[in-house]
Amino acid sequence: MTTQVLNSRVNKTMNKTKLSFLILLLVGLVAPFAIYPVFLMKLLCFALFACAFNLMLGYGGLLSFGHAAFLATGGYITGHTIMQWGLTPELGVLAGTLCSAGMGFIFGKLAIRRQGIYFAMITLALSQLVFFLYVQTPFTGGENGLQGIPRGELFGLFSLEGNLPMYYFVLAVFVIGFAVIYRTIHSPFGQILKAIRENEPRAVSLGYDVDKFKLVAFVISAALAGLAGSTKSLVFQLASLTDAHWHMSGEVILMTLLGGVGTIFGPIVGAATVVTLQNYLSQGPLASWVPVILGLIFVICVLLFRSGIVGEIQKFMKKNFN
Amino acid sequence: MAELLGFPPQVLFGQLLIGLINGSFYALLSLGLAIIFGLLNIINFAHGAQYMLGAFVAWLGLKFLGVNYWVSLILAPVVVAAIGIAIEKTMLRRLYKEDHLYGLLLTFGLALIIEGSFIHFFGVSGQPFSAPELLQGGNNLGFMFLPTYRAWIIVASLIICFGTWYMIERTKLGAYLRAGTENPQLLQAFGINVPLLITLTYGYGVALAAFAGVLAAPIYSVSPVMGSNLLIVVFAVVVIGGMGSIFGAIVTGLLMGLIEGLTKVFYPEASTTVIFLVMIIVLLIRPAGLFGKEA
Repeated sequence: MTTQVLNSRVNKTMNKTKLSFLILLLVGLVAPFAIYPVFLMKLLCFALFACAFNLMLGYGGLLSFGHAAFLATGGYITGHTIMQWGLTPELGVLAGTLCSAGMGFIFGKLAIRRQGIYFAMITLALSQLVFFLYVQTPFTGGENGLQGIPRGELFGLFSLEGNLPMYYFVLAVFVIGFAVIYRTIHSPFGQILKAIRENEPRAVSLGYDVDKFKLVAFVISAALAGLAGSTKSLVFQLASLTDAHWHMSGEVILMTLLGGVGTIFGPIVGAATVVTLQNYLSQGPLASWVPVILGLIFVICVLLFRSGIVGEIQKFMKKNFN
Repeated sequence: MAELLGFPPQVLFGQLLIGLINGSFYALLSLGLAIIFGLLNIINFAHGAQYMLGAFVAWLGLKFLGVNYWVSLILAPVVVAAIGIAIEKTMLRRLYKEDHLYGLLLTFGLALIIEGSFIHFFGVSGQPFSAPELLQGGNNLGFMFLPTYRAWIIVASLIICFGTWYMIERTKLGAYLRAGTENPQLLQAFGINVPLLITLTYGYGVALAAFAGVLAAPIYSVSPVMGSNLLIVVFAVVVIGGMGSIFGAIVTGLLMGLIEGLTKVFYPEASTTVIFLVMIIVLLIRPAGLFGKEA
């Protein structure tokens, strides 16, 4: 009886999420006719990046301070394979994603040897190592980065040079990435991940190989962050050191925190807010204050609303409409 | 003694000296991080910004108020510690009951604010700051030239590091601190004002960072970004040493500086990355860190 009630409730929230997702998808399909597509593409790339990050922090309780490394790796590999090997865009993106996944495996193997704050410091140090490697190795183009990456033709057939076809490609990539995250969270795997987040010793005592679960979550998250970076490098036709800098790792944390850690839509809302804010401020007189404003938002989020925008809305809805 | 390991001794000792100086800074900073982490369970991400603040307080003091180096060496840590105490009292204090990661995120936000504001007002290029007359010049030791200021950095940081070690391991106050690290509730039950102890500990850790900043001002130029990149290396040093022991933090800091200096001689390309590589090796062999306790 109780399980039935529980099941119907779970189904209800699942349906609600699916409905919200459908509405979002429709908005996504018509948006480029109202808003500048390049801005929307930037937003989608960062939203995917933040969703990938949220999989680890929100559902695994693992704070990675090194996700910039995956974003940058995706971008550099995609740029390199397309420019030097002449790959088509979808293969270039695939290559970037796979390399980020591989790097995620290495990062994960090392970082999950320690927990909590150490985990954050190790991922940060490793990503700084990657940053220095990218500064020195010639294939990244050093300070200049890889410029003029051609968007090319999808499957060798459809040109992505125009902003509208490119936009729908990015939207498709985002939907696929988001679906992977959604499926991961709502699978037995995701449930165990949450159990580890809530009480690691108990998960161990139940017989789960905790490290293996953390590692798989890390690899999925890194792969999707790489996917976001790869797609971003196609959109802007540029892969640069900015993506590898630790500021970027901080930004993705901010996006997730602001939107709502551990909520499905939170990172999207957070990424949209931060990207919009950056775009808006960078043209005005406050341009040089952007890092300070981001820092202020960080402090306010941590002190006053740790559940983030979506988390607070959910709390409010539960309080008043349940 | 024309050559040593295939290198002229001047080069080798010169780089070792630079390594030892960097190591002094790593030691001072990781010591501060370790003390704060011990009692507050927070990784102070603003540590780099507070190191930078120390250097800037000295520079601004000299430029606008004519405060000399020796006074700054005491004054700047006090000023920065006061700012740190204000941060602890108004913000960090609210987070002790939450997940410890929030302390890291809060201090990261503060670091962005402090660094961003200074970049806005002073730009990223460095400001020159000259060493006091007493410490200018140097001595020729026969096998190498030793600038007086560099020798002073090593002496000063060693005194502060071992003074701190002595205070924590051998005095009554240090005993309270260690007891608070083990079990704050019990210590409170014995009538010790633990919240005050926490505030002072944070202030002291921050003061160490500011002290390092003033020491660094004459040899590195004073710039808003001088702290953030250094801090990430210090994080790696902390992971290598493990935050279990005060002594471990000091020794690991100096050791990593020396290793970095040696790398500059033998394989300069890797000098920026060698500490991270050491961190990886340590994680593979001894995950708890060289001086850490196995969980």
